[in-house]
Amino acid sequence: MAEEVSRKPYVREITSEWIFRHPRYLRYMVREFSCLFIGGWTLLMVWGLKQLAEGPAAWAAFLECLKSPASIVFHVLALGFATYHSITWFNLTPKALPLQIGEEFVPDAAISGAHFGAWAALSLAVLYFAGAF
Amino acid sequence: MSERVVELEVTRYNPEADKEPHFQRYSVPCREEWVVLDALNHVKENLDATLSYRWSCHMAVCGSCGMMINGEPKLACKSFLRNYQGVIRVEPLAHFPIERDLVTVIDDFMAKLARVRPYLIPKQEKPLGEGEYRQTPAELKRFKQYSMCINCMLCYAACPEYGLIPKYIGPAAIALAHRYNQDSRDGGRDQRQQEIAATEGVWECSFVGACSEVCPEQVDPAGAIQQVKIKSTLDWYMQHLMPWLKK
Amino acid sequence: MAISNKPIVWGPFAAGGTVTAFITPALILLTLLAALGHAPDLLAYERLYAFAGHWLAKLAVAGVVFLSLWSAAHRLRITCYDLGVRADTVVATILYAGALAGTGASVYYLARI
Repeated sequence: MAEEVSRKPYVREITSEWIFRHPRYLRYMVREFSCLFIGGWTLLMVWGLKQLAEGPAAWAAFLECLKSPASIVFHVLALGFATYHSITWFNLTPKALPLQIGEEFVPDAAISGAHFGAWAALSLAVLYFAGAF
Repeated sequence: MSERVVELEVTRYNPEADKEPHFQRYSVPCREEWVVLDALNHVKENLDATLSYRWSCHMAVCGSCGMMINGEPKLACKSFLRNYQGVIRVEPLAHFPIERDLVTVIDDFMAKLARVRPYLIPKQEKPLGEGEYRQTPAELKRFKQYSMCINCMLCYAACPEYGLIPKYIGPAAIALAHRYNQDSRDGGRDQRQQEIAATEGVWECSFVGACSEVCPEQVDPAGAIQQVKIKSTLDWYMQHLMPWLKK
Repeated sequence: MAISNKPIVWGPFAAGGTVTAFITPALILLTLLAALGHAPDLLAYERLYAFAGHWLAKLAVAGVVFLSLWSAAHRLRITCYDLGVRADTVVATILYAGALAGTGASVYYLARI
């Protein structure tokens, strides 16, 4: 009879350094961090609503605050992160919502492409009706 | 056939003698067309017979030889030496306890696999006399890719949520549950929902997508998980907002 | 295992992620233009006040604020866990409460327009 081998499995600890183990995990973190900017910008707009409700002087003060260097930097970063959120979201949509027509599945590129097209059209419409151009 | 000397840095762990794992370096004369598994086999046959690791088919269908190769979860039989420069670090598959050397304890995955009932549960028992099930090509395509899973567990090694939350049922288990849920012959979705729509089911997933990136069979477990999330969410709201509706 | 009630928080997250993906970049561009001194016409007080006075606009704005804040809160909750913060229930409570508070504030201000 063979001898009993004693088992002693070794458990490797997980630390937060997993984020740096591969570029895909860093990209995931960047995508997740977009929530800080999208949430932050939305809260900024809620404050704007307050100023709008309080009258023209308050609203003018709000617009002035927007012009500060900190606000401009925040807006540029927020635009970048929000765009990254949109791009990653629409690229992942076909995985979550596959569409089978007949025997074949609609290609992923078609589903995300349709979303990107709608995004572009909607954005242009919003900018146009807001009088941005 | 040209040769190349490859430096392997391999995790060694003897549970009876070691407090913790350490690395051992091997200089392995390799053929150009070899994979990492060939190098390991050379080590075992010629340099160090004590090295322990799992392997079987050597053709990426059995799922046995999953390991971390330069920090990435890969099948050792599918990792071509020509794609690597310098010292190649070979470690046991991440997020699993190390049994010995490159052998991991896979009990957790085996238990989770059993929990999702990865077999056909027909809507109605059908005696043999009634004949075969018939399925259109479209019905087959609906689950085919999820049936390609070889249980290699690379997805568990890649998934940070599984690393952080050991209770998480994990990508392959959910993909396999989804494979049967999508099969027109099956009627067992309600039973599987008890496992995959629980907190430790799909809800621990944050759609990192690493699982699908490392999968050697293009099963796309990440896609399966999101589809289950959406269906489970629709079910939940229907059930709670319109309980009078029967499914 | 019992079927989880996670859909309560995940549903609005998914809806919010979709809504913010479609409209938030364009809206940020609007306020960025204002920050650079070229405020679009809509951001003039009279026009914006008139726009926000309509009940349909108020409903839409409140809805977008809720979904945006909720999906950000949910994502931040997951991120905290990913970075090693174990107190998930505490984090979740604070963040979701924050999202609801922000929504409540926006409803309150919209009501006064």
